[in-house]
Amino acid sequence: MASRARPLTSARGAALAAAFLGAMTLGTVAAVALHAGTARPGPADWSALRFTLLQAGLSAVISTALAIPVARALARRRFAGRGLLVTLMGAPFLLPVIVAILGLLAVFGRSGTLNGILAALNLPQISPYGLHGVLLAHVFLNLPLATRMILQGWQSIPAERFRLARSLALTPAAQFRHLELPMLRATLPGAALTIFTLCLASFATALTLGGGPAATTVELAIYQALRFDFAPDRAATLALIQFALTTAALLAGWALIRDAGFGAGLGRPPELPAPGGWRKGMDATAITLAAAFLLAPLAALVARGLPGLTDLPQGLIGATARSLAIALASTALATAAALALALATARKAPAHRLFDAAATFPLAASSLVIGTGLFLALRPFANPSDMAIPVTIATNATLALPYAYRLLAPPARSLHQDYARLSASLALTPVARLRLVTLPHLARPLGFGAGITAALSMGDLGVITLFAGQTNATLPLYIHSLMGSYRMEQAAAASLVLLTLSFALFALFDGIGRRHAPA
Amino acid sequence: MLQLDHLSLAADGFRLTADLSVPAGARVAIIGPSGAGKSTLLNAIAGFVTPQAGRILWDGGDLTGTDPGQRPVTILFQDQNLFPHLTIERNLALGLAPDGRLTPAIRARVADALNRTGLDGLAQRRPAGLSGGQQGRAALARALLRARPILLLDEPFAALGPALKAEMLALVTDVATETGATVLMVTHDPQDARRFAPLTILVADGTAHPPTDTAALFADPPKALDDYLGSGF
Repeated sequence: MASRARPLTSARGAALAAAFLGAMTLGTVAAVALHAGTARPGPADWSALRFTLLQAGLSAVISTALAIPVARALARRRFAGRGLLVTLMGAPFLLPVIVAILGLLAVFGRSGTLNGILAALNLPQISPYGLHGVLLAHVFLNLPLATRMILQGWQSIPAERFRLARSLALTPAAQFRHLELPMLRATLPGAALTIFTLCLASFATALTLGGGPAATTVELAIYQALRFDFAPDRAATLALIQFALTTAALLAGWALIRDAGFGAGLGRPPELPAPGGWRKGMDATAITLAAAFLLAPLAALVARGLPGLTDLPQGLIGATARSLAIALASTALATAAALALALATARKAPAHRLFDAAATFPLAASSLVIGTGLFLALRPFANPSDMAIPVTIATNATLALPYAYRLLAPPARSLHQDYARLSASLALTPVARLRLVTLPHLARPLGFGAGITAALSMGDLGVITLFAGQTNATLPLYIHSLMGSYRMEQAAAASLVLLTLSFALFALFDGIGRRHAPA
Repeated sequence: MLQLDHLSLAADGFRLTADLSVPAGARVAIIGPSGAGKSTLLNAIAGFVTPQAGRILWDGGDLTGTDPGQRPVTILFQDQNLFPHLTIERNLALGLAPDGRLTPAIRARVADALNRTGLDGLAQRRPAGLSGGQQGRAALARALLRARPILLLDEPFAALGPALKAEMLALVTDVATETGATVLMVTHDPQDARRFAPLTILVADGTAHPPTDTAALFADPPKALDDYLGSGF
């Protein structure tokens, strides 16, 4: 009804945020591209590219394939602890990768539980390193994500279809072919592509479980080129390859990936038929195996780490303080930037399409590509070790921003539609409007987004590896160095600290948001 | 006096012109078919729709480029007149202090306005804790506090039953009398127009016609109004 909008207030905050994101994403790629010309990719680089594609492809296929029976069992069975298990499936997104890997090592490692059992049975030992180690970790981290996405697919089949199927007395096989297979055909590519894209940028997993000529990802190769070979030009070439990879994957799955991750409606009443007989046993097995696979590593980590908590190594306190400071600073930065962008986009401020794009760019960025770009651009001005903390804050804020922004954008839009005219007609001052209208309305998504940002930043082991010296390691990097010197009990204890702090930060911010949201 | 001087409003495929004036202190109904532009006309006076051409004047001063909140206008929308997460007291106080202050003096004036609109004791409730009629009263209480010379009503009581609506119109009359406001009220209902407004603006066929005597208009309706009201009226 309303015709042309009134002259709009400028969006200085959003413009500043967009400029920051542009510099962090396109700016760093430009810095990388300037240096990349002088080094052509060598055989080792091509092999890193091949390994990256191979492990990402296998991780995606295995995770989604294993998720199908688990999701179906969760969709059609009701049992005590089901809700908890579904919630738990959301947790690996926030779980620091280094913690997951220490958990997996506690079960599958050389001195882990499984090898202990195998040794007792006089069976050959297994090794968690190399391609299958990387795959193990990626499936551990992504099976829950795939399960949630496919579970959503199952729950989106309208109840009427199943009633019709039952009234026609379709056999389970016919029902699968006519109802569930079409759903899977629509859901699986998105789930697989999401996981493929996430695994393309795998760094911490490859750093700890991969390595060597046979198991190096492009991200890991960038790190090695910069830190060990002192070959910035080669790192730049690799960073350009990595950027092309993630951008291509992102463009391929644009529509599918944009809303992946945070689904609603996981607790709706069951409408799926729950067949008895052997199918019941199959579902119980799928759920038990999945729960054991996800919980055993964490239980083993707790068992291994608890005794060490009384004797924490020197240096842990400093690393913890640095990580907390980085997490809080990047949370403040990402949340403020996401809010400015979401509000400006909601009121269709001038250049709002650019703002929306700026909030999406970081999905195509990766920690090590940004890091390489900043390393090359800032090297003439400062010592890398001196820049470690600010660079990590800026990078973590950039990488978490798309999640915070996508959580804020829809409620910011409806806030604008419903109350912009009332606010304008009362001539609310900008401060009063922010304090009394905007913040209370957006408290929940703001708190949830800040919680995600804080937890991701706390657990991040990425760009810091390029910059940190001996004295300014973060907690994940400190744990990595403990692992490197084979102090596995201390590493396990420190990762319990990291695990607790990551989830405590998430709970803290999410709780603040819930408390301040209108009832 | 409110003047719409060769005003021309346009939105995709829609056009409305108005060249008329409303005497100060008048109570005017705006009636016409759905989609004719009644709400658009009100939103233009309130400052939410920018005219293609023409001017809006109040007492000779040009309002056309003024921000909505700086105009001598209070508008009641069809819905969302109160912030749902704020108490009634807060909602009303924003009408007096747009910076969100809540001083003892402001609270006393809010309490007085609540008292006069029959909302005693509801200051700490949120809008969801009030009935539809009480929400309408709260919005009118804020209009009373703001005491702007022009009061625009964009069918804020459309969802209320006939008895409650009559009660609201009586309260609007009280508020308008007390503040001396010029009232423009969009309505679908000829009853409302006859009961409340001595003057009526007919909006039809792309034109907002100058206000005419309500009783005379309905006694001998022009063709556009007759078509809208339907035969048998």
